[in-house]
Amino acid sequence: MAILVYVEHDNSELKADTLKTVAAAQAIGGDIDLLVAGHNCQAVVDAAATVSGVNKVLVADNAAYEHQLAENVSALVLELAGDYEHILSTALSVGKNFMPRVAALLDVAQVSDIIGVESADTFVRPIYAGNAIATVQSLDTKKVITVRATAFDAVATDGSAEVVALSNATDAGISAHVSDELTESERPDLGAASVVISGGRGMQNGDNFKLLEGIADKLGAAIGASRAAVDAGFVPNDMQVGQTGKIVAPDLYIAVGISGAIQHLAGMKDSKIIVAINKDPEAPIFQVADYGLVADLFDTLPELESKL
Amino acid sequence: MKVLVPIKRVIDYNVKVRVKPDNSDVDLTNVKMAINPFCEIAVEEAVRLKEAGTATEIVAVSIGDKKCQEQLRTALALGADRAIQIETEETLDSLNIAKLLQKIVDEEQPGLVILGKQSIDSDNNQTGQMLAALTGMAQGTFASEVKVDGDKVNVTREVDGGLQTVALNLPAIVTTDLRLNEPRYAKLPDIMKAKRKPLDVKAAGDFGIDLSPRATLLKVAPPAERSAGVVVESVDELVEKLKNEAKVIS
Repeated sequence: MAILVYVEHDNSELKADTLKTVAAAQAIGGDIDLLVAGHNCQAVVDAAATVSGVNKVLVADNAAYEHQLAENVSALVLELAGDYEHILSTALSVGKNFMPRVAALLDVAQVSDIIGVESADTFVRPIYAGNAIATVQSLDTKKVITVRATAFDAVATDGSAEVVALSNATDAGISAHVSDELTESERPDLGAASVVISGGRGMQNGDNFKLLEGIADKLGAAIGASRAAVDAGFVPNDMQVGQTGKIVAPDLYIAVGISGAIQHLAGMKDSKIIVAINKDPEAPIFQVADYGLVADLFDTLPELESKL
Repeated sequence: MKVLVPIKRVIDYNVKVRVKPDNSDVDLTNVKMAINPFCEIAVEEAVRLKEAGTATEIVAVSIGDKKCQEQLRTALALGADRAIQIETEETLDSLNIAKLLQKIVDEEQPGLVILGKQSIDSDNNQTGQMLAALTGMAQGTFASEVKVDGDKVNVTREVDGGLQTVALNLPAIVTTDLRLNEPRYAKLPDIMKAKRKPLDVKAAGDFGIDLSPRATLLKVAPPAERSAGVVVESVDELVEKLKNEAKVIS
């Protein structure tokens, strides 16, 4: 059995979550190949070759794949699919975008967002925003799977896999990249940070998120937000933690002025330690917090910053 | 331009989900159901395109038993012109849903198909992409802005690090993210009017598609409970606990 794992990257950096997706592949069992599809992405290829337990790194370095458009990448993966029984990708924005396209082209279902591997055809995945956990057995011969990285531990990077250059260059010609508008930040990526501090509706406005910045700087934390804060226009959507935003599981998650709606809990309840700061002692967030502090955040945050 | 909007009937997002005692599935008996929130955003976007003069007709389609006609009526009240129900008693996989929708796309020849990015029950996030693959169309998933421009549509997408804009040839598939728009409430006269708008019913079995399931649901369990911890009295105590008890800061 062979497994193809799609590498998430931005042409310059391999996303660390890929290492966790490789761990899911190892749990399935079989020869693991990685696929790097991009353009001028040698640094990613170098990093991919060091991923432990990998047989080959397939590299499709071509302008057609520069922005990893779903139409082109799915065609590429389809061209390679014959050699693999399992095709895996991390459930990040690139994988979520093109993988169902691969599945449909192969005429198979996709098992989305798995958090556990029971066997080569049976997987565990959250449904209803994580309020129920389903165990599903795929009946298709080929399995197309996206992996929730937070549920797996990263593999080591002490390998030296063979790198194989591919000549594939399919451009479907029906879509084009126009522009990227990426949030500039000195802080770690939300998905990769070991500490996350998030603000909710209790922050009252976008300016008050500055109160989180000093603490984030001291802890090396990423800053997140609840959907309520995003909906209220305080902060952009890429900061959203929750069912409809990012799923995070850092060592320390600090929820500030967040009541703890089901949809927010779905995005952070696998964090190792959860701290809740909220002035409402009845807020549901306290039911999942390891440490709760019932206090006004406008008093608490400056004090916390000074004492860290 | 005709816009096709597939929608799904799901558990209302405010309802707390319960797993059946025999762990066979989630218990939906006597539970309030609603149009999937992302599908509602899709309907709203189609209505806005029509109000802007870009769309000429909006067709809503849903696949399910007779009860999903309620959600189709909701879509009609919000501004869809007519509706199609593909009737089935089975819960179908996303791939089979996409195959049925492909048949509707073949019949209706829409210029744009707008779907929710995922349903809040199965959380699969795949039907739109699958429909795009089956129809050979380009896709703009997780859209926060949709601008039709001649024979192309520019879609701004919510991606991990921020936003990405792509230009797609029409016809194309768009899936909605939360910030695309804020759906309106249906007005009473519109709800009354919706009752008289056309709603065609077609049988899923009449499309000549093998709809057999692609996966078996073996078990559904409640998630592991996380128990509440302690309430600390002060910032000092919090910092002390994080340092010495949890050991997550130094």
